[in-house]
Amino acid sequence: MRNKKIVDYAKFGYLFSIPFILSFCIFTLYPVIYTFVIGFTNLKGAGNTEWQFLPSVGKNLFQNFIDVLTSKTFHKAFRNTWIIWIINFIPQLGFALLFTAWFTDKRTKVKGTGLFKILFYMPNIITAATMAILFNKLFGYPKGAINDIIILLNPAKGAYNFNAHEWPVKLIIAFVQFFQWYGNTMVYLIAGVIGISPEVFEAAEIDGANRVQTFFKITIPCIRQIMLFTLVTSLIGGLNMFDIPQLYIGTDANNAGLTTNMYIRNQAFSGSYMYNRSAAASVILFIIIVALSSILFYILRDKDEAKLKKLKKQELRAAKKGF
Amino acid sequence: MSDNTVKMSSIRRNEIILKVVIYIVSIIFSIMTLFPFVIMFANSFKSTVEVQQSTLALWSAHPFANLAKNWHVINSKDFHPFTGLLNSFIISTCSTILNVYFSSLTAYAITAYEWKLRDAFSGMIIAVMMIPTTVTTIGFYQMVYKLGLTNNLSMLIIPSIAAPMTVFFMRQYLQANLAMEIVQSARIDGAGEFRIFNQIVVPLMKPAIATQAIFAYVGSWNNLFMPLILLTDKTKKTLPVMVSLLNGDIYKTEYGAIYLGLFITVLPLIVVYAFLSKYIVEGVALGGVKS
Repeated sequence: MRNKKIVDYAKFGYLFSIPFILSFCIFTLYPVIYTFVIGFTNLKGAGNTEWQFLPSVGKNLFQNFIDVLTSKTFHKAFRNTWIIWIINFIPQLGFALLFTAWFTDKRTKVKGTGLFKILFYMPNIITAATMAILFNKLFGYPKGAINDIIILLNPAKGAYNFNAHEWPVKLIIAFVQFFQWYGNTMVYLIAGVIGISPEVFEAAEIDGANRVQTFFKITIPCIRQIMLFTLVTSLIGGLNMFDIPQLYIGTDANNAGLTTNMYIRNQAFSGSYMYNRSAAASVILFIIIVALSSILFYILRDKDEAKLKKLKKQELRAAKKGF
Repeated sequence: MSDNTVKMSSIRRNEIILKVVIYIVSIIFSIMTLFPFVIMFANSFKSTVEVQQSTLALWSAHPFANLAKNWHVINSKDFHPFTGLLNSFIISTCSTILNVYFSSLTAYAITAYEWKLRDAFSGMIIAVMMIPTTVTTIGFYQMVYKLGLTNNLSMLIIPSIAAPMTVFFMRQYLQANLAMEIVQSARIDGAGEFRIFNQIVVPLMKPAIATQAIFAYVGSWNNLFMPLILLTDKTKKTLPVMVSLLNGDIYKTEYGAIYLGLFITVLPLIVVYAFLSKYIVEGVALGGVKS
């Protein structure tokens, strides 16, 4: 009798998921499959929707992938993406941890942490496109706020053209990324620390642990999960980086700020209309992201929850057998 | 005894030094955060000549005359603030409503009902969070192009019905806060399942909906990648797409106007943030902690 009731309601589970599933299939699943297929075809040219698979025009099926993987520009874009992400992420996590340690310290009782949190988080909600152009103007040459400061401090030195050299460009893009995200990471970490039971800290204090010991031996292990979560989201975001480098520098300065996502867009939508090659490149990026996030999710997975699920399943099986 | 006093006072001194260091570093970071925005604000009121003299000066000789002139320069070219604002507003508002409503519905379907493919479905939602927009780009563009809808705002709105990230958070919230007894008693009173969702579950989810709505709104407002590819018609461009014009050659020497253009795009966000910052920061914190 009871069982029948559950079955009755089950159809609403399906019914209420239909909008999501439909929208997902049309706007995500179909385009993804299409992109995968196009990677193996000769589709190019603006407004062209006719295509053949490569072998039928006498080419290697994987020609587009080979072209992308042997392209010097793609190599550079791929390397840039990682370099920029790493120079942004290390200080991002470092400063976020430092502020977390300071702002959650019960012994020091820093005042105004609420205000600092709100200030540090603010750049995160500002349009990345706007931030990129704003920083481009701040680091402008020969006139820009930073060059004005340099000249003010040392009139003999003259203005420096930041946007004409590879490393300054990478560093500035990484800085803008850092600037937008360290506050966000900090807020996550602080929430994690607040969630730790205060008794743990009290016990540590009674045992005579100093501040540094408490932080490294208690706080960090307790927020490990959140740190990993930050790492995953930052990595996925970092590998998809587009807005800031695109608008900060585009393809200037010898592609110093070119990222994989910019490469993909440029192949398809800026003049050359190489849809096939762009599709192949995005499939490569997709595979890399899925592989990396699977590894990280595997590390991240809640071990207790997995155990609980297993137990539940066993129980269910036992119950079924019992009947 | 005196040894102990010395030790205590040295600890006390260290505390004070640490506190001073914390305040100094925090204030430096606060200045670093505000500096770009202050420069942007100050330079919106300057003429090209004044900007060329110094971008650091915080005051202009004729601020309002310059502001009016910069405003005029912006509007005389491809950057139309009101068109951009309106388009961004339409897209963000509609997609936020679709996003939070259907995400709540999907999360409710996963939490409240027992159905065969439920676990597979909720597993799939986590998996598809990883799909980068890039890999959908070519297929999505070709589809929209074939349908002749490239400059149609709805193509940036309707896809937000399927927002896996929001579903994920809504599910977390429902699992912690939904008491099935309430649903059961509504059923006994004869309410239909859809009505129960709209009249009982949605009000119950208000805090989660508010938080997720803010993020969906900001995310949609700031989105550049897809609109940049789809929107080619001048009258359809969103603010971030228009902002990208400020870096082009057409505004090259109009320094004051560029800063004003940037300022216009930031203003709505800063106003919203001024009122909602507390909730936004709390919302981020909520999202991070596993319930």
